[in-house]
Amino acid sequence: MNFFLEVLTGGLLAGVMYSLVAIGFVLIYKASGVFNFAQGSMVLFAALTFVSLLERGVPFWGAFVITLITMAVLAWLIELLVLRHLVNRSPITLFMATLGLSYIVEGLAQAVWGAQVHALDIGIDDEPYEVFGILLSQFDLFAAAIAGGLVVLLGFLFNKTRVGIALRAVADDQLAALAVGIHLQRLWLIVWAVAGFVGLVAGMLWGARVGVQFSLSLIVLKALPVLIIGGFTSIEGAIVGGLIVGASEKLAEVFIGPLIGGGIENWFPYVLAMLFLLVRPYGLFGDKAIERV
Amino acid sequence: MLYQETGQFITDYRLDKRFFRLKQERWAFAALLACAFLLVPAIGNDYWFSAILIPFLVLSLAGLGLNLLTGYAGQLSLGSAAFMAVGAFATYNFHLRVEGLPLLASLILGGLTAGGVGLLFGLPSLRIKGFYLIVSTLAAQFFVLWVFTNFSWFSNHSSSGVITAPRLQLLGIDLNSPVGRYLLTLTVVLALGLLAKTIVSGELGRKWMAVRDMDTAAAVIGISVPKTKLLAFAISSFYLGIAGALWAFTYLGTVEPHGFDLSRSFQILFIIIIGGMGSILGSFLGAAFIVLFPILLSNVSSGLLAGAIDPGQLENFQKMMFGALIIFFLIKEPNGLAQVWLTLKQRLRVWPLRF
Repeated sequence: MNFFLEVLTGGLLAGVMYSLVAIGFVLIYKASGVFNFAQGSMVLFAALTFVSLLERGVPFWGAFVITLITMAVLAWLIELLVLRHLVNRSPITLFMATLGLSYIVEGLAQAVWGAQVHALDIGIDDEPYEVFGILLSQFDLFAAAIAGGLVVLLGFLFNKTRVGIALRAVADDQLAALAVGIHLQRLWLIVWAVAGFVGLVAGMLWGARVGVQFSLSLIVLKALPVLIIGGFTSIEGAIVGGLIVGASEKLAEVFIGPLIGGGIENWFPYVLAMLFLLVRPYGLFGDKAIERV
Repeated sequence: MLYQETGQFITDYRLDKRFFRLKQERWAFAALLACAFLLVPAIGNDYWFSAILIPFLVLSLAGLGLNLLTGYAGQLSLGSAAFMAVGAFATYNFHLRVEGLPLLASLILGGLTAGGVGLLFGLPSLRIKGFYLIVSTLAAQFFVLWVFTNFSWFSNHSSSGVITAPRLQLLGIDLNSPVGRYLLTLTVVLALGLLAKTIVSGELGRKWMAVRDMDTAAAVIGISVPKTKLLAFAISSFYLGIAGALWAFTYLGTVEPHGFDLSRSFQILFIIIIGGMGSILGSFLGAAFIVLFPILLSNVSSGLLAGAIDPGQLENFQKMMFGALIIFFLIKEPNGLAQVWLTLKQRLRVWPLRF
């Protein structure tokens, strides 16, 4: 029983890390209807920039701020070169554009900083705590706290500020939002920059755990089922989805894996997401689309 | 001038529904086929066949398969390579386990197996719409590869997981030379290409396009949306399955799961974005582009820069170029190279006038 609980909590805490990446997705989807496949590459780009600056002797907060500025510049470039030209095009077109974008950002990150693996130490020990006989990783708890903080912050941004209201208007109907005088380009810039910030936080935490390397951009593939279970438009959904995916994937790997050959972590979240969707086609917290002819 | 339709009168429906309505187009197509079947085998060398023509033809077929599903029926898929893998492994196993089964029969059975698997992973599309559907195709992508890697029965318990394709033989003719493999691929691709053209210009193609443009409206006018979607998945996967089998048998000569990973799926998606969504010709143009562009790029860099850039950076650069090109096409020419071709044709028709 104790072993089960340990696997479960380990999975839940790993799930929080997935949620962090998924939140970046949700932000952009919510504000612009763009299904941003490049979020994983942005995580890689941010983490690689941050760690490379650290290695060149820039102090922690300096590197953090410089990386943030870099991500904002990246957001500005994306808006200027890509999004501006694709206003009001079909969601599939926008998705494919972000697919192309992910190639560019990945290539750029590695062209500038090289392709080797960097170790990242952000000063949090990975010593396990014992709570009611269950071992909990201190690092995972810290990550969970960060994710919680982000959710509160972003919830405030979306629900209480003028920018948040404008973002939701844009998500609802781009052309109508333009017509009532919302500055679409500025909003996109803000939201992509915020997504870059979330990407940086996710990249720092993931990088501290598994090292900063190319595989960071593949986390996007883990974040997809999270997003699909939670629904594309809900930050709470991303958190809940992350917890579900993290926990079930670890449980499946430990308890079902040995029976059918192991390595099922790769596809299990997708099958799980598919099952969820058969019951709720728009995810747990997603907005149901209304169709008119 | 070149494309003048004056004097070519269409007097009944049969003539109106031909693939190539203009005399000049028919001639051009016949000339192209004659070149492909007679001239190219006579003058081509082994490098051309093995490194350019065969992958081009196979990728065209794969692009065609995805185009039927995504371009015509509007169902986004990121799992194309999985269905190719199913086709390759199924063909291999039919060939291995059924005594005396002709190659063509195993190929078709392999394609049908892929079609069946495609149908299975298409089932969620009845309830799940839009982007949520990519979960089902990605599930196919990861699950299928996992099955082929983990269960050695599929690769005939080969220790390395890599198996060599059997000797190619068709109707007693040995096809193991590069020319033989090229001709086999060409024949299969031509046959399936014509079949695809028939399908999309017929009733089923119309239904696919109706579902793509708005499935609710399609249902209202009495189209059975579930049946239409499932047929799209099955037929598309059949094409991809055959393409996968050809990829393994005529191009690589080996069958292994890792050749069919997610990046292959993306590659096929790029073929239809660059070539043109919802266009048969586009699949071929896109595949030609995808095959030739990296070769061109590496030749240019080794010629001009004489190896000043290291290979890792070159790969990065190539990746960025691809990404930039995709965005460029999406912005400037959303209908891809096929649209460029149509525009050129229109220019030729009215030349020397502008309109």
